[in-house]
Amino acid sequence: MNKLMKIFTLDSLIIPVVAVIFGLIVGALIMLAGGYDPILAYSSLFSSVFGDSYGFGETIREITPLIMTGLAVAFAFRAGLFNIGAEGQYIIGMTAATIVGIKVTGLPALIHAPLAIIAGGLCGGLWAGIVGYLKAKRGVNEVIVSIMLNWTALYFSNYIVRNFLLLEGQQKSLDIQPTASISLGGLSMLMDNARMHMGTLIAILAAVFFYVYMWKSKQGYELRAVGHNPNAAEYAGMNVKRNIVKAMFISGIFAGLGGAFQVLGVFHYQTIFTGSPGVGFDGIAVALIGMTHPFGTILGATLFGTLTSGSSGMSFGAGVPPEIIRIVIGSIIFFIAAQGIVRWVLKPLYLKRKKEKVL
Amino acid sequence: MKKILKASLVLGLSLSVVLAGCGKNEEKPAGEAATGGAKTDMKIGMVTDVGGVNDKSFNQSAWEALTSVKKDTGAEVTYLQSKDKTEYTPNLNKYVKGGYALTWGIGFDLGADMKTVADQNPDAKLAIIDAVVDSPNVQSVTFSEHEGSFLVGVVAAKMTKTGKIGFVGGAEIPVITRFQAGFNAGVAAVNPDIKVKNVYAGAFDKPDQGKVIASTMYNDGVDIIFHASGATGTGVFNEATARVKNGEKVWVIGVDKDQSLEFGDKVTLTSMVKGVDAAVQKVSKEVIDGTFKGGKVELGLKDDGVGIAKTSDRNVPADVLALVEEYKAKIISGEIKVPQDMKK
Repeated sequence: MNKLMKIFTLDSLIIPVVAVIFGLIVGALIMLAGGYDPILAYSSLFSSVFGDSYGFGETIREITPLIMTGLAVAFAFRAGLFNIGAEGQYIIGMTAATIVGIKVTGLPALIHAPLAIIAGGLCGGLWAGIVGYLKAKRGVNEVIVSIMLNWTALYFSNYIVRNFLLLEGQQKSLDIQPTASISLGGLSMLMDNARMHMGTLIAILAAVFFYVYMWKSKQGYELRAVGHNPNAAEYAGMNVKRNIVKAMFISGIFAGLGGAFQVLGVFHYQTIFTGSPGVGFDGIAVALIGMTHPFGTILGATLFGTLTSGSSGMSFGAGVPPEIIRIVIGSIIFFIAAQGIVRWVLKPLYLKRKKEKVL
Repeated sequence: MKKILKASLVLGLSLSVVLAGCGKNEEKPAGEAATGGAKTDMKIGMVTDVGGVNDKSFNQSAWEALTSVKKDTGAEVTYLQSKDKTEYTPNLNKYVKGGYALTWGIGFDLGADMKTVADQNPDAKLAIIDAVVDSPNVQSVTFSEHEGSFLVGVVAAKMTKTGKIGFVGGAEIPVITRFQAGFNAGVAAVNPDIKVKNVYAGAFDKPDQGKVIASTMYNDGVDIIFHASGATGTGVFNEATARVKNGEKVWVIGVDKDQSLEFGDKVTLTSMVKGVDAAVQKVSKEVIDGTFKGGKVELGLKDDGVGIAKTSDRNVPADVLALVEEYKAKIISGEIKVPQDMKK
């Protein structure tokens, strides 16, 4: 327990919290400038998320894929890589799960659903593995490759859906077999038909895996060593190249799983994308808010998902356009990224505390 | 330290002043509403598709219709924009569970989500534009886009100087293929030798795509483009506007509402107007009167559900308009059967 407390050492907890508060204040000022009532807006955001079981369930639905892409970005970050391609890996995971969900028939749910999930995760991992391989073998910058692969993934999956899985006359695929669904029907009924699914549980398990792997295993130690200083790691006898590929592969698995959950648990079909869904990019922000720690990422995703799903509540209850909530989210990220500002504002508090200690 | 204290004090003070000002603001609209003479206190909600409420197309005309319903009856109307497709269901549910008398879904895209929501909430009243939702508590409104598009096809075929005409569709869904088929048939009816270039942008919310497609088409010698692509069409108009400013003679045919009002009649040849606003008003008022029944209705030329814009005479000569009227009569009488999809 004590160790768990240590993870959230005061500094790493206080700064995000203060940044969030600053973000909300900036958002309030902008709402005031636009002629909206911030108190009404925030309270209707709050009540739309926590006010009824439906809103609460849909918020959890919104949070789940963000946890996965957040973990993906955070994991690569710990190994010194910037995986900006979580978006593409998420889409590939989605598509792989859709293919398995539709084309594989005659399996019991107990096998079919896990198979579809694994396919999604694996394909996401392989997609990211390309990036890792190119970086390790040829030294190609992972940011460029992964951002390019986002587009490749988008149009590749559109091609697959349009040519092999299309529901005639629609812009989406056929429905997946009911055996591949990971929706929790009973829980959804309880939650007033909110779209609940098993993916949420797996997402939390994935965060635990992340923590144990990264901090409790030899392999994780190597990954972190490579992240801190590849040269030193190599000098210490670690295989830097293999670690880079491995880090990207595992990172991609997280993102791919997120996509698989979305298909198998929420939609049960895949649409032809007109643009990137953006979950992978939001994952970057989530990982940053969470200070690239797995449990921090869960909190970051919770915050991000709450704000996003509550934004329709804000426009419903207070007439605030959803763009404003994006500004609020943007300013929160700004304050977290610009930690200096938060530290500067908090400095007098720290000074005071030190004085008290001396006394 | 002292500085920060001072600064935060100033910030706090100014905040409270602004807040106080805001409190006053809030009272005003409430007072207005009270003196407005409300006839009903029903609430009507509308969920847009990803195009958003300012798509200068059917979301916008639906919203304008609801605003005028508000003016006529005092009903409270609001809308929710859907940022992506995951939000359709929660947004529809916001209204349904919020006790709204009627919930509108605007666009073919919302069909599947509306079906789910309607079946889960059999007591709620819903209505949808451009899609048929087979539930007893949903009023589905679709239009015979092919008939209206036939007429603008006639205009385009008569007005083109280069003998090349373009069509830009949003996505290959039944609604849009009706536009395409009708338009192509209309052009062919006047002059079978004219080539129509058909391109799908693949999106209703990508003006940049629309601009690129329009630019390629105009470079190819196309001088009239008919777009049926929601907000993507804004890009088509922007490209045309830029070219007209440079002295080129190119036109766009607008869609859903009279787009010459939005983009000016220097680029807008005519528009294929869809009576989304009339339909939205009619169904909304049915709910207010208590005569709402649900079911499906298809509005065509004879119901004035589709047609060419009233302002067309600014750019289209009278003899062409007379020809259009001729064709219109023939379609209504059934002498011409307009195809609903392209022959493969």
